[in-house]
Amino acid sequence: MLQIDLWKRITILLTCVAGLWLAMPNLFYTTVEQHNDAVQAIELGADTPENNALRAQWPEWMPSGLVNLGLDLRGGAHLLAEVRVADVYANRMESYWPEIRDALRPERETIGTIRLQPSPSDEVHVRISQPEGMPRALEIVRGLARPIQTITGVGANDIEVRAEGDLLIVTMSEAEKLASDERTVQQSLEIIRRRIDEVGTREPTIQRQGSDRILIQVPGIGSAAELKDIIGTTAQLTFNPVVSRGSDANASPGLGNKLVPSLDEPGTYYTIEAAAVVTGEELVDAQPAFDQNGRPAVNFRFNTTGARKFGDYTAENIGSPFAIVLDNEVVSAPTIQSHIPGGSGIITGRFTVEESTNLAILLRAGALPAGLDFLEERTIGPELGQDSIDAGKIATIVAFLGVLVFMFLSYGMFGLFANVALIINIGLIFGLLSMIGGTLTLPGIAGIVLTVGMAVDANVLVFERIREELKTSKGPARAIELGYEKALSAILDANITTFITAVILFAMGSGPVRGFAITLGLGILTSVFTAIFVTRLMIVIWFERKRPKKIEV
Amino acid sequence: MRLRLVKQNTNFDFFKRWKLWLGISGLMMVVAFVSFLLQGLNYGIDFRGGTTIRTESTQPVDIGVYREALAALELGDISITEVFDPQFEADQNVAMIRIEAQEGGEAVEGQLISDIGAALQAADPGLKLPFASVESVGPKVSGELIQTAVIAVVLAIGAVLIYIWLRFEWQFAAGAVLALVHDVILTIGVFSELQIRFDLAIIAALLTIVGYSLNDTVVVFDRVRENLRKYKKRPLNEVLNISINETLSRTFMTSVTTLLALIALFVLGGDVIRGFVFAMIWGVIVGTYSSIFVASAALLYLGVKRDWSKPDANSGNQYANIDPKP
Repeated sequence: MLQIDLWKRITILLTCVAGLWLAMPNLFYTTVEQHNDAVQAIELGADTPENNALRAQWPEWMPSGLVNLGLDLRGGAHLLAEVRVADVYANRMESYWPEIRDALRPERETIGTIRLQPSPSDEVHVRISQPEGMPRALEIVRGLARPIQTITGVGANDIEVRAEGDLLIVTMSEAEKLASDERTVQQSLEIIRRRIDEVGTREPTIQRQGSDRILIQVPGIGSAAELKDIIGTTAQLTFNPVVSRGSDANASPGLGNKLVPSLDEPGTYYTIEAAAVVTGEELVDAQPAFDQNGRPAVNFRFNTTGARKFGDYTAENIGSPFAIVLDNEVVSAPTIQSHIPGGSGIITGRFTVEESTNLAILLRAGALPAGLDFLEERTIGPELGQDSIDAGKIATIVAFLGVLVFMFLSYGMFGLFANVALIINIGLIFGLLSMIGGTLTLPGIAGIVLTVGMAVDANVLVFERIREELKTSKGPARAIELGYEKALSAILDANITTFITAVILFAMGSGPVRGFAITLGLGILTSVFTAIFVTRLMIVIWFERKRPKKIEV
Repeated sequence: MRLRLVKQNTNFDFFKRWKLWLGISGLMMVVAFVSFLLQGLNYGIDFRGGTTIRTESTQPVDIGVYREALAALELGDISITEVFDPQFEADQNVAMIRIEAQEGGEAVEGQLISDIGAALQAADPGLKLPFASVESVGPKVSGELIQTAVIAVVLAIGAVLIYIWLRFEWQFAAGAVLALVHDVILTIGVFSELQIRFDLAIIAALLTIVGYSLNDTVVVFDRVRENLRKYKKRPLNEVLNISINETLSRTFMTSVTTLLALIALFVLGGDVIRGFVFAMIWGVIVGTYSSIFVASAALLYLGVKRDWSKPDANSGNQYANIDPKP
């Protein structure tokens, strides 16, 4: 007969209450949002009276999880960037050249003179004048190879060395390229995150997509162009030895060198060695400062490896000029006056205070290891977002009322039960969304509206079945029981198949579409739960009280 | 007094002309497909790259003036359409400008967007800047998005095929999938015929249609399976007919509540998702039709195993009924 164990009843009730409890903060969206921001600000040290007042707006013991609003509802910018992972190969191989040169130099008797040749970016070509010495040269250069850690653990080296006649070719290995790509993307991700955090916007999304892409979504920002400025495209800092200084923009720099313009002296060009002594990656700190003449400057400090390299280089090259290169422009080219052992120094140039501050921020956040290509840019204005929210709200309410009235007209008392379940259902969707920190997008609202329409389906299936069972006059209790029992397989099959498509949508989709998949998927879960358990519980409780001889569905 | 969409105990003969229905559906699919081949879809920037700008102005939009203002920038193929929505304010005039993908594999630069803004504002002083929205997709991504979208639809249909095959029998799965393919093709056909913008959101709608149509089909099939055991001696077309008639009331109830909700969204939900909602409304109608006239008709054509005398692995599924002796 119609029975539900007491513990089951309590579980069902508690689940509903918990879901609605979690959903509740969304009714007071602005208040809770201000509260959450204030809590975060206080944690970060901004313990001001205003923040404390905002925090007090919402009691601590209440849940404070909110449904995130997607960019299409809140307004903001969306960028999909591709990291030019191959950029790094050239640097990496360039940095190998001094090492190869130094290793081969002592063997000049057997291999003759060595000269760098032009090569693709992921290779170093070295010509030796005595090809007979090639086996020895190969042996030496192979000795430079370093094993790299791969996921499979199979020992692979970072370079492959082969000979073609008198040409010694050092190639970056595939395993090293993969490892390098991985590092480059991870690093870029981290740096972009730090730069956006420095600006302090709310809830930015910075995610890796695929092997070499990064998705950046920042709500509330004015435009994608503004976001790009924050990220800064490169800001690469390197310290390179200077070969010469001149004013010819078309001068041939020679192999292994490159020609870069001066940042603040128009018409001046420096020829510098392409391989950097130290790079910005090895910086640990940079602060705006003033030099001894009171002009804006930037203080910097290297990490230990950077400091050692810098120290060694300055010790060996006292009296030589040395270029500080930022984004392929020479910021300044001071002459090394003395050995700089501590790894800290100062960059001077013709900066304004603002420029030195910005440079310090960029340096501190670290340079992006490679350039970015922006493949997708979307800016949604806050007004359009608000319009969408308003329209979505009205549409949802109207859809909701329509379905409620229609269900009541069709099924009477049972329709009312289904309606209560529908309201709980919507509450549960919001509760779950808040709990998992899901994002509500405009298609997501459509998903909710669709759920409103479809959620009653499970109830309709049951009610129709009860109607049929009533015809065979087994008595109301038996009819209700059979109705639930026999409709179950249809309910499950129908919802599992829809759920499968929601999962596929979630896996394949991005952004707004994913938001739709989330609400649709959650809607299916909650509507099955409310139809099978909640409506049934209500019907059973009602039936136990009234004990009707006849029921009409 | 209860509202009844379908009177009780209907006894329509859905299969009197089932070959005709299958024929009509087949013909419609051919028409849709030919339309797609001839006319193609009006792809949004998600699928072909380019930029869309949503402008808002306090003055009425004059497309000719906009076009002239942008001509100097040499942006290539431009399309400008005015957007209407009952919820716009009196002085809210909205237009969508679409610009084809520019050179290179990247999205459009911010500089170009501000140039466009300046040019338009010179022509239309009522124009609000910054634009209400600017979306730019590089051709590299759009190519991948098409690929992902096709994979998603195929995967969804495949996954569902497997599920139904496991839960029912292969004839049911074939019928259900035929109905799905029918729905998807007809939806694409409508988008091609009416040249409604086809973007990523429409793919989401397509997949939802797949889910919804299946929902309907499964409910009918579930009843067919049950009735096949109940009426062992009756011919298949009668069993199918009984099943469809028995579930008819539910089919209509669910379709109507869903349509009710969707129509509310279509009218009141704003113009941004109107195409998306339109696809779903169409899908619900087509999906309801196809679960009866395509899926069930296909089942009739394929036939099902009726010999239950032998012990069969499928007979005792987990929802089988055991009733006490009367």
